[in-house]
Amino acid sequence: MSFEPRIIGILCNWCSYTGADLAGTSRMKYAPNVRIVRVMCSGRVDPTFVLKAFQQGADGVLIGGCHPGDCHYSTGNYKTARRIPLLKKMLDQLGIEDGRVRLEWVSASEGDRFQALANEMTEQVRALGPFRPAAPSKPAAMEVAALAAG
Amino acid sequence: MEDNNGKGKTRERIGVYVCHCGSNIAGVVDCPAVAEYARSLPDVVLARDYKYMCSDPGQTLIKDDIKEHGLTRVVVASCSPRMHEPTFRRACEQAGLNAYLFEMANIREHCSWVTDDKAKATEKAKALVSAAVRRVVWQQPLQTREVPVTPAAMVIGGGVAGIQAALEIADAGFKVYMVERDPSIGGHMAQLDKTFPTLDCSACILTPKMVSVSQHPNIELLAYSEVVDVQGYVGNFKVKVKKKARYVDEEKCRGCGICEEKCPGRVPSEFEEGLGKRKAIYRPFPQAVPNIPVLDRDNCLYFQRGRCRVCERFCDSNAIDYEQEDRFVDLDVGAIVLATGYDLFDASADMRYGYRRLDNVISALEFERMCNASGPTAGRILMANGKEPKSVAIIHCVGSRDTNYHQYCSRVCCMYSMKFAHLVKDRVGHDTKVFEFYTDLRAFGKGYEEFYNRVQEEGVTFVRGRPAEVTDVPETIDEVGKLIVQAENTLVSRQVRIPVDMVVLSGGLEPRSDTAEVARMFNISRSQDGFFLERHPKLDPVASMTDGVFVAGCCQGPKDIPDTVAQAAAAAVRAVGLMNKGKIQVEAATSMVQAELCSGCRVCNKLCPYSAITFDEEKKVSVINDAVCKGCGVVAAACPSDAIVSRHFTDAQILAEIEGVLV
Repeated sequence: MSFEPRIIGILCNWCSYTGADLAGTSRMKYAPNVRIVRVMCSGRVDPTFVLKAFQQGADGVLIGGCHPGDCHYSTGNYKTARRIPLLKKMLDQLGIEDGRVRLEWVSASEGDRFQALANEMTEQVRALGPFRPAAPSKPAAMEVAALAAG
Repeated sequence: MEDNNGKGKTRERIGVYVCHCGSNIAGVVDCPAVAEYARSLPDVVLARDYKYMCSDPGQTLIKDDIKEHGLTRVVVASCSPRMHEPTFRRACEQAGLNAYLFEMANIREHCSWVTDDKAKATEKAKALVSAAVRRVVWQQPLQTREVPVTPAAMVIGGGVAGIQAALEIADAGFKVYMVERDPSIGGHMAQLDKTFPTLDCSACILTPKMVSVSQHPNIELLAYSEVVDVQGYVGNFKVKVKKKARYVDEEKCRGCGICEEKCPGRVPSEFEEGLGKRKAIYRPFPQAVPNIPVLDRDNCLYFQRGRCRVCERFCDSNAIDYEQEDRFVDLDVGAIVLATGYDLFDASADMRYGYRRLDNVISALEFERMCNASGPTAGRILMANGKEPKSVAIIHCVGSRDTNYHQYCSRVCCMYSMKFAHLVKDRVGHDTKVFEFYTDLRAFGKGYEEFYNRVQEEGVTFVRGRPAEVTDVPETIDEVGKLIVQAENTLVSRQVRIPVDMVVLSGGLEPRSDTAEVARMFNISRSQDGFFLERHPKLDPVASMTDGVFVAGCCQGPKDIPDTVAQAAAAAVRAVGLMNKGKIQVEAATSMVQAELCSGCRVCNKLCPYSAITFDEEKKVSVINDAVCKGCGVVAAACPSDAIVSRHFTDAQILAEIEGVLV
C-alpha cells in the first residue's frame, strides 16, 4: 500500500476553519489525509502543538489563519507569522524538513483555496515520505497535568 | 479504577452520538461502525448513531441519556460546530450538564462532504471522534457571563437600506445614531428618476422617509460624518465618529439657500454625476436631509485664495463659520447595522465601449440624472450637441457576468435597462429606436416579467449578444456621425453593426472602494466577490460573523430596492431583539493568568490587542480583565511560564485532541 501521510490542520475559527467548512458545503473534494483541529486564532498555536503532533506520529502540520489585516482579533495572525518561521528554524535543527510545516492564510470565502492547499500539502508530504518520530512519550496531556501539578 | 485517560482522577462518563444527517454523512461514512469504534474509546459509556441528531428526538436522546446514564461529557459527531454547537450545548444545559462539557466532531463539512472514498471517510470520521472524545475529558465547566446591552443602535449609511433600518429601530422605541458620509442622506436611490417595474418616482417615495429620519425623536442624524474607530463587543460597542467640518453652524442655519445662490464658485456636481454644476457651498440636491449646506473647502475661493466670504456676508443667521474644525464624538451602542451600499462599476475600465472617450456613451447613473426633472437637462434625454437621440443602444452586463471584472450577476441591470428603454420611448418619442443588448434576461421579481412584456410591446428591439465594441469609425454611409455597436446576435449566429445616436452602459454594482477598510474596522469578513460576508448564505443573510453587527442592502451583495428594504427591516428586527433582551450572554472562554505560575515577565502585556492585560505592581503578576478579553489565546501561546490558561482551548485540551486525531 502506498504511503498515506497524516496531516494535522490547525485552523483558526474565523477564517480558515470557516473556509474549510465552505469547501465542505460546496462539496469540494480533497485528500482525506488532512484532519482539522480548531483554535480560536492562529495566534493560539503554541509551537509545542506542532512538536507534539510530530511526536505523536503526524507527517505534516498545516496551520491556517486569516489573511494579514483580516484577523478577527486584529493582530493575532501577525504573531503567528513571526512565531512559525522561528519554529521552522528549530525544526530544521531537529532534522524535520521545512515542507512538513506550512503556515497559510485562508479566508472564510476561500473554500477552493483550502481544497487546493489540502491537496498540495498532502502531495508535498507524500513526496517527503513518512516522518519517523523519536521514541514515543507519555500522553501529552499527562505531561501537562504533571507540569500543572508542579 | 484503571486510570487510562491520563487525568489521574475518576473516569468520566462520555456519551457519543454519531449523526447520519440523512444521507449527508451516512451516504459516505459508515455511521454504525463509527459508533461501534467510539464504544472502544476510554471513558465512553455509550455510543449511538441516529438519523438527525439536531432534530427534537435527537436532542431528547442526549437529554435522556444524560439523566439515565449519568453522562458527564457529551460528544456529537455531525456537522460543523459553527452550525449546531449552540443547539447541542443548549440540550446539554437543559439536562443539567454544563455547556462547556460538550464537544463536537465535524464529520460532515470536514469529512463526508469532501471525500468520496467510503473507507477513508469512515477512517477519518473515527479519528475525528477519537479526537473529540480525548479532548472532552479535559474540558471544564465554564459559566457564561451576562452583560447589559446598551439600548441604542448605530446605522451606518443613509441610503434606502439605512433609512429603513433606522426608522424600524426608532419606531420600536430605541435610540438610533445614523452616520452618513455624504452631506445628505438618500444614497443612490435619491439619484434615481423612476423605479422599476412600477415606475414610481424614486424621490417621491424616498423623500418622505428621509424627512421622517430627520424628524424622528429617536434618531440622531450625523450627516457628513464617518466612523473612524470601533471598539467593544456585542451589546457594548464604543464607536468614534468624525463629524467633518461643514463650515456652517448646524444650530444657526435655517436652510434658506442664500449662500448657495450667491456663491461664485462652480464645480461639477457629484450628485449629478458630473453632468451639472454645483456651488462651492452647496446642498447636493434640493430635498437634501439635513437641509444644511456644506462648504467644499477645496473649491472655496476664500479657503483657496483668502478672499470672497460672500456666503458669510449674505447669511442672515450668521451661520457661516470658517473656523469650524472636524469634531469627534464617542458613542455607546449595543448593535450596529451596516448599510454602506455599493459603487456603480466604472465603465471606463472596459475600454471597448468607449466610455469617457466617445461622446454620447453614458453611464446608467448619468442617464438617471438626465431623466430627472430636477437634473442637469431638466428631464430631457439629450446628446452632447443638445439634440434628442433618434436611436439608443442599451448594453447590459457591463462589468457583470464577465470574468474580466465581476463574475456575479448584479441583479438589477436587466430591469433598469428595460426601464431606460421605456423612458426613452416615453420622453423622446415612440418612434425612437431602442436596442437592448443582453446576455440573458433576468426578470425574476414581482411584476418584472410583465414589465419585460410591456417593453417588448412598446417596440424595443432585443438583441441577444454582448457587444464586442462601440466605435465611431463608420464603414458605410449610414454609419457616418453615429456610434456603431458591433455585436453577435447569438440567437441567429450573425454579426450585426447597429448605428445609434446614444449608448447607455448598464454597469453592474460593485463593492464600495473602501469595503476592505470598513470590514476591518467592524471586524467582519468579505465574500469572494468583495461584498460583506453574511453569517450564513441561506439561514442568516442579515448577520455578520461578528455578534451585534448586522448587514443590510447592497453592501452585502447586489439587490433591488424591495429586497434591500426587506433585508434592512430584518436587520433592524435583529438589532431590536438584541436590545430588547437588555442582557446578553458572552463567551466564557476567556484567558486567565495563574498567579502562582506567573513570573511577572510582562511578555503578555503588550501582546493583547485589546489591552485586557494589566500588571499588578503589588503582586508583580499580570492580570487579565475578563470583561475585555475576547479569548483569542495569543498570550497563552506566548507565556514562557505556561501561566496563562486559554479557557476551553487549554494546552491539555488541544494536545489531547491532536493525540486523538492521530490514533
